Amino acid sequence: MTDVVAAPAAQVTVAHGTGELPPWRLLLRRPTFIVGVVILLFWVVCAVFGHLIAPQDPLAQQLLATNKAPSGAHWFGTDQLGRDVFSRVIVGARSILIISFFATVIGTVAGTALGLIMGYLGGLVDIFGGRLVEAVLALPLVIVAFLFVVALGPSTPTIIVVIGLVFTPLIARTVRSAVLVERQQDYLASARLLGEKRAYIMFVEVLPNVLPAVLVEFTVRLGYAIFAVASLSFLGFGVQPPTPDWGADIYANYGVLPAGYWWMTLFPALAIASLVIAINLVTDSIEQVLSS
Amino acid sequence: MAVYILKRLGLALITLWLLSVLVFFACQVLPGDPGRAILGHLASPAAVAALDHKLGVDRPLLVQYWTWVTGLLHGNMGTSTQFQAPVEPYIKAALINSLKLAALAFVIVVPLGVVGGVVAALNYGRPADRIISVAGLSATTVPEFVSGIVVIIVFGITLKVLPVSASAGTGASAASQFQHLILPAIPLILILFGYIARMARAGTIEALNSDYARTATLKGLKRSVVIRRHILRNSLLPTITVIATQTGYLIGGLVIVETLFNYQGIGNLIYKAATSKDFPMLAAGVLTIGVVYMVATLIADILATVLNPRLRLGGAE
Repeated sequence: MTDVVAAPAAQVTVAHGTGELPPWRLLLRRPTFIVGVVILLFWVVCAVFGHLIAPQDPLAQQLLATNKAPSGAHWFGTDQLGRDVFSRVIVGARSILIISFFATVIGTVAGTALGLIMGYLGGLVDIFGGRLVEAVLALPLVIVAFLFVVALGPSTPTIIVVIGLVFTPLIARTVRSAVLVERQQDYLASARLLGEKRAYIMFVEVLPNVLPAVLVEFTVRLGYAIFAVASLSFLGFGVQPPTPDWGADIYANYGVLPAGYWWMTLFPALAIASLVIAINLVTDSIEQVLSS
Repeated sequence: MAVYILKRLGLALITLWLLSVLVFFACQVLPGDPGRAILGHLASPAAVAALDHKLGVDRPLLVQYWTWVTGLLHGNMGTSTQFQAPVEPYIKAALINSLKLAALAFVIVVPLGVVGGVVAALNYGRPADRIISVAGLSATTVPEFVSGIVVIIVFGITLKVLPVSASAGTGASAASQFQHLILPAIPLILILFGYIARMARAGTIEALNSDYARTATLKGLKRSVVIRRHILRNSLLPTITVIATQTGYLIGGLVIVETLFNYQGIGNLIYKAATSKDFPMLAAGVLTIGVVYMVATLIADILATVLNPRLRLGGAE
């Protein structure tokens, strides 16, 4: 099945006579990857320099210009408090990207460690860990995160840690199956025969070989993290007002949708959609390149 | 096969127990003082202590857990603090409403997802495959409320062809109920399409690359016959498992769709319980979703065993 994908790359390689192309060069040849990265970079720039790019103060309320439809003065219109929706969408990239990124980092680090231990040690650790993964998986991700954020009260650090911990077993499961494959390899048998310590084998010998799987898992989870953060915000248990946040802005304004004020919810919604689609284009390209 | 099913049942029970610990921990331990949470900052300490005693939350945790779990086993899910009434009737009514919405989404998305996945696999690596795969993946990760808002704006507000609220009102006809459920079903269909299409695609690709498919082609069978008789039958097995695991999502992930469309299902019930700090209701609702999910996966596993002779006749490890 991999021949079909690998064939064009192989022809290109022959044409240039440069031997095997490194994976990142193959990535740059994929239009889907380029499109995804461009959109992603756009939002990262907005997250970092949002206050400089935004034409108006995202928090400034103009009570004489509330609920204004999109126009030259307000490209995306104004919300119920007369705040500029365009500026809020630009600046709102920050909260969702920061929370999703750090939550995914926590989940990936903890999940990789847990997966290595479960996969390499096996036995009771593996059985108990496996059940724990099942128990967490028995509930939709958003519900588990929601449950814990409700119980602990919404705050940025809480959301980051809760989503990170919810991801941990999921990532552990993927890493575990990658470790099980590695365990059959000869280099591990020789490492064991050399008398190397188990922790050394796990983190120095096995870890580099499962890193491609970890990378794919990271990008996949980043997409889900954005989903989860946006959903929590939409339910009112995410980023709290008045901080500009796409999900929270939708939560604050979807009640007036039937009255015809569509711009306050549509533009943040499209921003979320573009961000998750961009991450998926990147993820899909990485998966394709690594599997070919 | 009986051994396999028993083993599977045993594992499900352990998972269920872990789930109950998880939900108990989140709903009874983490929130701190429920009496204070319910009465607010202004209540006197004596009133808070009295309410805590009435709710039973001043007892040791293990005792509380034991009372809660034995109550569940006797069909007593606790008393809702927001309605001052037993939880069960609320859960039951909400579950039925959610099942209606879920069933509608399911009936549409299963054939759609399977066909999409098979078409993608038969065009492996070509543009049709890339479009279905990337679109499916994107549809799966775009949150329900985002696609929900888009369909509300397009069909409910601009075109004015479908009602924006999911509740048809009491005593509404079946046709009217159905009409109100169309818009809420669309975000669910979009999310599920990606999962099902992905699995159907993977299963079909595996079957296409199998020795038996090659043999069938080489002995001169027509491509359509090979696909129908040899490939589809094998490729759809893993898809059944995915479809069943997604029922759990369907019932649970409804929180957002039901909130957006103001539909009185289990997701909305959980959301309202959370906003009014009704922890017994929250715990019961979340646990119900977990149980529904586990029953669905159990049925899927048993179904897969029944349909697959290799598993049925042993070697089910």
